[in-house]
Amino acid sequence: MSAKLAAVEHIKAIIEQWRTAPGALLPILHGIQDQLGHVPAAAVPLIAAALKLSRAEVHGVISFYHHFRQQPPGRHVVRICRAEACQAVGAEALAAHAQVALGCDFHHTGEDGEYRLEPVYCLGQCARGPAVMIDDEPHALVTPARFDALTAATRGGK
Amino acid sequence: MTLTVFVPRDSTALALGADAVAAALQAEARRRGVPIRLVRNGSRGLFWLEPLVEIASPAGRIAFGPVTPEDIPGLIETRFSSAHPRCLGATEEIPYLKRQQRLTFARVGITDPLSLADYLAHDGYRGLTRALELDPAAIVGEVADAGLRGRGGAAFPTGVKWRTVLATSAEQKYVVCNADEGDSGTFSDRMVMEDDPFMLIEGMSIAGLAVGATRGFIYVRSEYPHAIAALDQAIGIATDNGYLGDDILDSGKSFRIEVRKAAGAYVCGEETALLESLEGRRGIVRAKPPLPAVSGLFGRPTVINNVISLATVPIILARGANFYRDYGVGRSRGTLPFQLAGNVLRGGLVERAFGLTLRELVHDFGGGTRSGRPIRAVQVGGPLGAYLPESQFDTILDYEALANRGAVLGHGGVVLFDDGVDMARQARYAMEFCAIESCGKCTPCRIGSTRGVELIDRIISGDSPRIGQQIALLRDLCATMTHGSLCAMGGMTPYPVLSALDHFPEDFGLAESASKLPTRAA
Repeated sequence: MSAKLAAVEHIKAIIEQWRTAPGALLPILHGIQDQLGHVPAAAVPLIAAALKLSRAEVHGVISFYHHFRQQPPGRHVVRICRAEACQAVGAEALAAHAQVALGCDFHHTGEDGEYRLEPVYCLGQCARGPAVMIDDEPHALVTPARFDALTAATRGGK
Repeated sequence: MTLTVFVPRDSTALALGADAVAAALQAEARRRGVPIRLVRNGSRGLFWLEPLVEIASPAGRIAFGPVTPEDIPGLIETRFSSAHPRCLGATEEIPYLKRQQRLTFARVGITDPLSLADYLAHDGYRGLTRALELDPAAIVGEVADAGLRGRGGAAFPTGVKWRTVLATSAEQKYVVCNADEGDSGTFSDRMVMEDDPFMLIEGMSIAGLAVGATRGFIYVRSEYPHAIAALDQAIGIATDNGYLGDDILDSGKSFRIEVRKAAGAYVCGEETALLESLEGRRGIVRAKPPLPAVSGLFGRPTVINNVISLATVPIILARGANFYRDYGVGRSRGTLPFQLAGNVLRGGLVERAFGLTLRELVHDFGGGTRSGRPIRAVQVGGPLGAYLPESQFDTILDYEALANRGAVLGHGGVVLFDDGVDMARQARYAMEFCAIESCGKCTPCRIGSTRGVELIDRIISGDSPRIGQQIALLRDLCATMTHGSLCAMGGMTPYPVLSALDHFPEDFGLAESASKLPTRAA
């Protein structure tokens, strides 16, 4: 089975799991993104049909929320907190460093496909910023040097 | 003799390497044949000491921190001797902790968050047990008499909200927990969910009994994966043991809870946007009325409360309204878990009765800045809260005193900035954040925030010949946003902007304000 067909099967299974639940759209979108790394365009008509929504409504929800991606990310997602508590301890310098180190702007993936760089507005680690989350793992007191060490350690792995 | 060792599982402890410490501890103990019992407790909230490792001793718990994996061989070698350089003495005697008044956070850091036995051994479920003996109106009465006000930031009396839901008849009612803790500088909700999730479950169950709701939802930020995992596990354990389900503790009462993951929209912390999101739509703010208490989730009467509000209900029921109301000042009753964040030496959670001063909080607890430089500004109450200069540090921390200063207490976040901060840039950021996060429903917020960024850019660039006119325009824009926005997103963005302008005009290219003490380092 091709990867595309397999993805459609995953999407259908996730829709089936949630379709009768109240307020099913966000859980479905999370389920798809958790499984596939993003919400592919092919998911939109399937979800719309199952939930009796228009495709525009489904697309509108996907595009409203910062969390949902319509393109595949890199192998890893790096989220750097850019909110006030981290700003107070050097988050902007860290953000500038990260863009150079990963070779991409925010909301983009570096050319090697390893890391997608995302801004985040608070990770709840505000007592020990600057804070970064790599995939689902939080890191505190992240200096540029520590950022390089963390990304080097994750690089290549999954 | 088996040594009991505590290594926190709170995500800030994890972010500082607690898992590596726990792994090193087990490996080293095995290697040396030292029998240990490892408990992954919650955090005490003394984050500058994390990973904070504790051992159980006949004289109580002894703390060591911050501990690195490299410290472990030495600690095991000496059997965690109090002579070890990392030893902090008895945990409860650490002044930062000893000077707190922990009511809501009484168990946090002491217990294993996912041990129901631990929870029960530390007064857990006493509130629910009492609530099951009361009729709904009496439960609501307890919460109202305690003077509990919404801890999410709006400070609306919780009892009034509950009374409205109780008085509205419907086949289905809901309890919704707002766990979309998006304010920078806050982490008390996260700590409750990760470090004492049964307390939140108990609070929601009591709310369900009080208003006749049988279903609950916890709407948690997607940025909090550890909180989501802890809640899911705790709900499973509570259900398996009869604390949730169709017959809670053989009472015949039913209550179920489901965790729903948010998706990174700050505005969904606004209660009506949250309800829209839970229903599967864009998080667009609803016009009020109708109030959610009358027509909330799926159009049904809904109690929607912040994590801390709900987590405080169990102790109010267990100890009685008077016990809780005896803490605090004026119309701010009880305690607030303050959160010290940003450029702070001793960042962490400080639960105290309302009424201490900002100075006590940032200096006595926080110890000033981490950088060692003078504090220039403190933002209280999150991204929509005001920046206060040192001259206002004697402000009493209660809802009314802050309001009188043109500020808000919000969710209790306190973020310190040293003298390197550029307050015009912070004002610009406040507008930029509003532009990024506005739901777009009302014009003052959607358009005003973007115009605000442009205006402040013109002011910062300094090449406008008529800066006074630009400042007047900015104030006018802020007035429009304050009075014309549908919710707090646009309505309160002027707080950080105007407070920065009023207290730090020199950063905007204006003459220095008289309100500011000359404490700024040269």
